[in-house]
Amino acid sequence: MSELARSARVVRALGARSIRQTFRRPQLISPIVVFPTLLLAVQTGGAGAGVELPGFPPVQSFLQFMLAGSIMQSMMLAGNSGGIAFAVDIEMGFTDRLFAAPIPRFAIVLGRLAGTAALGLFAAIWFLAIGLIFGAEIAGGVPGALLAMALTTAAALAVGGIGAAIALRSGSASVVQGLFPLVLVVLFLSSAFFPQELMVEPAKTIAEYNPLSFIVEGVREPIISGIDATQTLEAVAAIVGIVVLGLVLSARALRHRLRVG
Amino acid sequence: MEAAATNLSTIAALIARAKNELVRVPGAAIPGVLAPTIFFLGLNGVFGSLIQLNGFDTSSYVSFIVPVSMLQGAGFTGAAAGVNLARDYEQGWVDRLLVSPAPRWVLLTGNVLAASLRAFVPATFVLAIAFAIGAQWPGLDGLLVSYLMVAAMAAVAACWGSMLALHYKSQSAAPLMQAGMMGLVLLTPAYAPLELLQPWLETVATYNPLTQVLEAARQGFVGSVTWADTWPGILALAGLLAVLGPLALREMRRTNV
Repeated sequence: MSELARSARVVRALGARSIRQTFRRPQLISPIVVFPTLLLAVQTGGAGAGVELPGFPPVQSFLQFMLAGSIMQSMMLAGNSGGIAFAVDIEMGFTDRLFAAPIPRFAIVLGRLAGTAALGLFAAIWFLAIGLIFGAEIAGGVPGALLAMALTTAAALAVGGIGAAIALRSGSASVVQGLFPLVLVVLFLSSAFFPQELMVEPAKTIAEYNPLSFIVEGVREPIISGIDATQTLEAVAAIVGIVVLGLVLSARALRHRLRVG
Repeated sequence: MEAAATNLSTIAALIARAKNELVRVPGAAIPGVLAPTIFFLGLNGVFGSLIQLNGFDTSSYVSFIVPVSMLQGAGFTGAAAGVNLARDYEQGWVDRLLVSPAPRWVLLTGNVLAASLRAFVPATFVLAIAFAIGAQWPGLDGLLVSYLMVAAMAAVAACWGSMLALHYKSQSAAPLMQAGMMGLVLLTPAYAPLELLQPWLETVATYNPLTQVLEAARQGFVGSVTWADTWPGILALAGLLAVLGPLALREMRRTNV
């Protein structure tokens, strides 16, 4: 078996393990599913009248608009949960055993990220299904839905890279868990939940430059109006930027972990 | 008479233990303070322009939303009391309490009252930020009513959290404790007045007892304080305590050493 095929098997096995781990532990799955679904319900019901505000983009309903925000929220929390689970593995010595095994080190990180990416895909499917069940249309049709899923999966991989880097660097689940509020801050300071033009300063200006806003708009566009090349490319550029950052941080943190043990 | 004095001193000791934790491990209070603060600032930044819609009693969304975050902080603090109880169970501390001669209701009351007092920390923090960014002064009576609602809300959440902690006997039940309280607080006219909510949420909020609590806590921030807006909130919290208190006590009585 070639080196590449062996690494792919390791990544697949570790990815499957991380997905099973998430679904078996309520404290890992509930932030990904329960919390964003609850917020989707209350924000749609509570702020739905916002579509009547002058300047609100044309949408079928506020639910249709909110789907991308909920997908992003779930995806970000999947990245955070992946980081927590990775840190727990480090604390319990599981990662040390993997380091001692005859497998490439990058496959250990990639295996975790594959699991996080799969959870991102799950988040996109979950919220698109909820949207369809409750009457939201996907303007871009099947290609639009597939694009939204692909962007979310890639974004989960990107965000998961940063979570993994922090887990590797700190080796502490509580440190990664402490990032949960930061996830909320990044979300609130983006156009995830409301059009950026209608937000209140200083959130409005910050949202304009927040990379998450570009990803949100890339996922939202196929849902509310159809596929738009510019929005998609901007989202891809933002994801690539976060992937590069995550890879650099992960590589440095991995070296640090191997040095300190 | 002597028994009553002993019970009171036991409750005071349990409250002092919770206070010590707050003083000795200040970091433990940060999540309870941070979450409602982030929600307060975040909701204000994101949904602040909703105030332009007809139907609001105030022209300040900060004033409209601050009681929501105060109650949210109380809910999280109460739920944290449940998480701490589960931790105490896992570490064997609850076992030691249960073999003591203190009645079960005294042990529960100590935990619940400690949560009520701790809830003043996030409420005050959020309120200070709200005033700094332009929230309307609710008047002394409005402030007292909102703090009364916060304390009682934390007691309700602590009963809920304690019930789940003693049922599942694990900190893994923490998301359920927090999500339950968060749902209860947000399924109210939290983001907009009742008439601006989507029909399904308007119906849920109409029957959710927390709506009365929120309206009572909010009245001073968006207008004047009246008894007509206060008593339904007190009644709703008394009702919730009358239901969740005995349920938590039942779980405590069923907990074997």
